[in-house]
Amino acid sequence: MTELLAVEGLTKRFGGVAAVDDCTFAVAEGSVTALIGPNGSGKTTAFNLITGYLPADAGTVSFAGRIVRRPDPTRLARGGLARTFQRARVFPELTVVENLAVALQQPWRSLLRGALGRGERVRADALLEEFGLTRVAGDRAGSLSFGQRKLVEFASLLMGEPRLVLLDEPAAGVNPVMVETMERHIRELHARGLTFLIVEHDMHLVMRLSDTVIVLDHGTTIATGVPREVQRDPRVLDAYLGVA
Amino acid sequence: MTSITIRGLVAGYGQGDILRGVDLDVESGTIACVIGPNGAGKSTVLKAISGLLRCRLGSIAIGETEVVGRSAREVLALGAVHVPQERSLFPLMTVWDNVLIGGHVLKDQRVVRRRADALAERFPLIRERRRDQAGALSGGQQKLIEIARALLLEPKVILMDEPSMGLDPKARHVVFETIRTLNEGGRTVLLVEQNARAGLAVAHRGRSWMRASCGSSGRAETC
Repeated sequence: MTELLAVEGLTKRFGGVAAVDDCTFAVAEGSVTALIGPNGSGKTTAFNLITGYLPADAGTVSFAGRIVRRPDPTRLARGGLARTFQRARVFPELTVVENLAVALQQPWRSLLRGALGRGERVRADALLEEFGLTRVAGDRAGSLSFGQRKLVEFASLLMGEPRLVLLDEPAAGVNPVMVETMERHIRELHARGLTFLIVEHDMHLVMRLSDTVIVLDHGTTIATGVPREVQRDPRVLDAYLGVA
Repeated sequence: MTSITIRGLVAGYGQGDILRGVDLDVESGTIACVIGPNGAGKSTVLKAISGLLRCRLGSIAIGETEVVGRSAREVLALGAVHVPQERSLFPLMTVWDNVLIGGHVLKDQRVVRRRADALAERFPLIRERRRDQAGALSGGQQKLIEIARALLLEPKVILMDEPSMGLDPKARHVVFETIRTLNEGGRTVLLVEQNARAGLAVAHRGRSWMRASCGSSGRAETC
């Protein structure tokens, strides 16, 4: 399988602390890859470096075979690399359905008119229905609960046509039924060829979904493999899972 | 030991009601866990109890004391502390200062120091990372410091909002063991948790919540 994302020697320091330290890994096109590791191991920082939310001190990121020279979140999103955040970033003053419309990255005049094409409206309604958000479609996103905002962010992302999706703890703070909904979406999109890189602490979800698991500790990759192998790796047990 | 009794609670934000006539009983000295879908009002009920959200109707008693209409500071003084869902440490302050600030409602700073020293014995992390900025700690470590900070007031009631969220498996285990230990000291714990399995495993009673005014309750192992 070809690599859709390749990270080589990625490094980021905050003062004396190397949050990401000479980190190297790859994500195969069409795969669901999990990036796991203890709190503070550099997973979210790696996401921020890959998507241009933070500048790297060293190393390279390649997306779709090209080195990303000057990573810019908007440009990357338009190029097919989209992400979510641990604490969902929604537009709090916009309604839920408006948040989905914004995600289409239409010209701003269309947004002002609230114009969603018929197909887009059907898609938005279907996503709202599936994520249990129909009841709050007209509510301000800022008035929603933490978990609901995560669902809005995830649904918004699905309005676009990303090629690689980075999900940062999609299941955290979300009820088990919604986690199943998310899992179903990931599986369906994966079956249609979308590639996922997922940071997640819910090991049941990780083990069910992933083709490959990459484990970070102290900012560097300590293990890579299929879920069953990684789960038994003594370094992973020691650093992360904490059980024999 | 102190119980929590809620009757006919109505509360919400802006024009809408999130809680519409909620009843809830938490027996003194027990751990109760509320589970339910996102947006059902689980966090809202904790905010209502701790005085962070004004109630529109109904009553909330901590022990024998009615708390509706009281400020968050007054509820704190009654011995009920709230550990919120969001990370709430001051990231640029040291770990030690974050612990000390938990005693801001106490007048006697010697008491605050003495209790903080005792907490440092109980939570070695405080000793080990005392001078570090709180923002430099991992998510699990920050959660433990938040719990320690809440204990500075020697609370009778602890309201805990999704303590396991975003924590790795090892940190999650430590946090739930800490909750269990706190309860063994006689404290009443009201826990809101999306990780239903872990939350109910630690709880004596479970309450499943659907749309804030209904739901079912029972022993945690049968929920």
